[in-house]
Amino acid sequence: MSEKKVKKTRADDRNSGISRRSFMQGVGAVGAVTAAAAVAASTPAWGGQSMRDAFGSFFQDQYKKMTPEEIEAALARIERKAKRRFGVDIKCANTPPIPGVVFGYAINISKCKGYRDCVYACVEENNLGRDSQMQYIRVLEMDQGTRKLENSEHYYDPEEVPREGKYYMPVQCMQCDNPPCVKACPVEATWQEPDGIVVIDYDWCIGCRMCMSACPYWARHFNWTTPEVPAEELNPVTHYLGNRPRPKGVTEKCHFCIQRTRKGRLPACAEACPNGARIFGNLLDPDSEIRYVLENKSVFRLKEDLGTEPKFWYFAD
Amino acid sequence: MQLFNFIADAIGELLRGSKRYWIWIALLAALFAQGVFFYIHQMQTGLVVTGMSDQVSWGFYISNFAFFVGIGAAAVLLVIPAYIFRRKDFKHVVLLGEGLAVAAVLVAMLFVLVDLGRPERAWHFLPYFGRFNFPSSILAWDVLVLNGYLMLNAAILFFVLFKHYRDREPQSKLYFVFVVLAMFWAISIHTVTAFMFSSNPARSMWHTSLLAPRFIASAFASGPALIIITLSVIRKNTRYLIKQGVIDTLALIMTVAMQINLFFVGAELFTDFYNEDTHAASIRYLFLGLEGVGKLQPWIWSAILMNVVALTILMIHPLRRNPKTLIIACVLGFLGIWIEKGMGLVVPGFIPTTLGEVFEYFPTSIELAIAIGIWSFGMLAFTLLAKIIIGVELGQLRFSKPEPRSLSD
Repeated sequence: MSEKKVKKTRADDRNSGISRRSFMQGVGAVGAVTAAAAVAASTPAWGGQSMRDAFGSFFQDQYKKMTPEEIEAALARIERKAKRRFGVDIKCANTPPIPGVVFGYAINISKCKGYRDCVYACVEENNLGRDSQMQYIRVLEMDQGTRKLENSEHYYDPEEVPREGKYYMPVQCMQCDNPPCVKACPVEATWQEPDGIVVIDYDWCIGCRMCMSACPYWARHFNWTTPEVPAEELNPVTHYLGNRPRPKGVTEKCHFCIQRTRKGRLPACAEACPNGARIFGNLLDPDSEIRYVLENKSVFRLKEDLGTEPKFWYFAD
Repeated sequence: MQLFNFIADAIGELLRGSKRYWIWIALLAALFAQGVFFYIHQMQTGLVVTGMSDQVSWGFYISNFAFFVGIGAAAVLLVIPAYIFRRKDFKHVVLLGEGLAVAAVLVAMLFVLVDLGRPERAWHFLPYFGRFNFPSSILAWDVLVLNGYLMLNAAILFFVLFKHYRDREPQSKLYFVFVVLAMFWAISIHTVTAFMFSSNPARSMWHTSLLAPRFIASAFASGPALIIITLSVIRKNTRYLIKQGVIDTLALIMTVAMQINLFFVGAELFTDFYNEDTHAASIRYLFLGLEGVGKLQPWIWSAILMNVVALTILMIHPLRRNPKTLIIACVLGFLGIWIEKGMGLVVPGFIPTTLGEVFEYFPTSIELAIAIGIWSFGMLAFTLLAKIIIGVELGQLRFSKPEPRSLSD
């Protein structure tokens, strides 16, 4: 439809009132013209964002180097982008670590029945790509009598769990105190926060996947394509270093639900477990449950020989 | 002004060529364009168009990266005889070696670039603007040494060519310092590339101190192989004189390096299999298959076979001295090491995963098309560089008196 047609339709409207047909034609034509004229404003030419936001994201500094004003601008951009992409008003926070808190996790493997409730709760809480089927937690079905990971079943799918002769061991990011992934990253897009959580700046990651090679726990996952989440399932309560919508081409991983735990809540996986197998808390608090577990149970950690110092323990009753 | 003339004359030289030259250039340009086309597709869709996954997160691109860094480093095998042992015949071809180093490093860097999820953020590597995790990250080291090596070689190449263009010989001490620096730098680029893999205790197949020596040994076998093939092609297609002594010495270096390389492979196989533990799972997957799958088996066995045949030819003196059988050995050795050090090293490092999952990888046709584009770019870059080098060295490209109009400004 041409410019001429638009003018004619408008003239018709003035002269003879609006017939439905001409109105619709007019809308279509004006739409086409506006779209062509205002490419810079809001079309997919800028990846579904305005030119200003696209430039703002491109030149955005690394998280730790940004001034408070720059972080505010970045958060606003994230919220605008989510609005455009999903039509949802999300809130992207930048809650700082709580002083005197270092998070730790312990799993009672004798209570884990392999239901994978933690896995699904995590997917929903953290806006994980539904089409890409990314999952931060992998529950391994292990043979009784061995802890050999090579024998574990990753995709167990029986009628009923737990299965005879098996036990279940969930694995996720161990938030290592000596994280090899942080060391490996060439651009400091990932680092350990004061509360012990290893985080990623999704706006700074270049997607080289050095960290994925370095991680001994298969905790890091890559967005091979844009992760899609149905708008109605999008969790609008987000954190810059946590569950905000991610772009394609960057790495992500479990961050102990930073958007919840920094506000004193439990991670989604801990809340979802129907068996109470997951113990989460502050390692610096002598009265915390996690400290009780560490002091009174025989705990072990995965691949301790690698010197990664995980803040993630396993124990059995 | 002389510089301007040099550039103009060099471009003029590139535009002069036989029909075969133009067909070759057009072919490479077309394959490069095809690679660019598929790369744009990959950028729009994401790396999902490759065969890579969370399980096997590096594939064909990084395999080629590792291999071509080795080719770039192997140029030092022309530089050392030329400058340290002052071999006249080597001095005659050393510029071609530096041209090859430039092309190979460009190829290696492009393979990293196409592997990046966010290539537009590559500026995050830059000092001051970005945040360079140096000296912690081995990839940061790699970026540094590769760029340094590229600049060193490009600068030395340009400096010598420009001197020769003006009928002078480069004699300054500073130049020699840079040449020596480039020699050490050559070893460093491949060592750092090996460290990129061997620094990961999470991947037991790579986590061996033998990896860097193995990388150097295999580079000193595959590098001379490619140089011999290239020099033979140049000898056949141009008037440029390449003395047999160069080929003979390179073939000898290749023989020894291939012996050492196969010894290293054998040593690793023994250590892994004599008392086989879980750390040997990757090697088992590579050579014998694991949990009923083993797509890489035919690749690695043909690589071993090719290397053994190449070495046999090289170790029988009459066959090594025969240009025809020598070329066969070079082609086999080049391909054998390309597989062994590329797909045969990078991919099984991820199989099984760190959580014991066996998930296979195979490159897609899009990955292949992009890789072909990068190889073509490398060959194109080398062809153009070699044409200028040969033009200058044959005395066809020489500075003549400036034209009158350029005197006025």
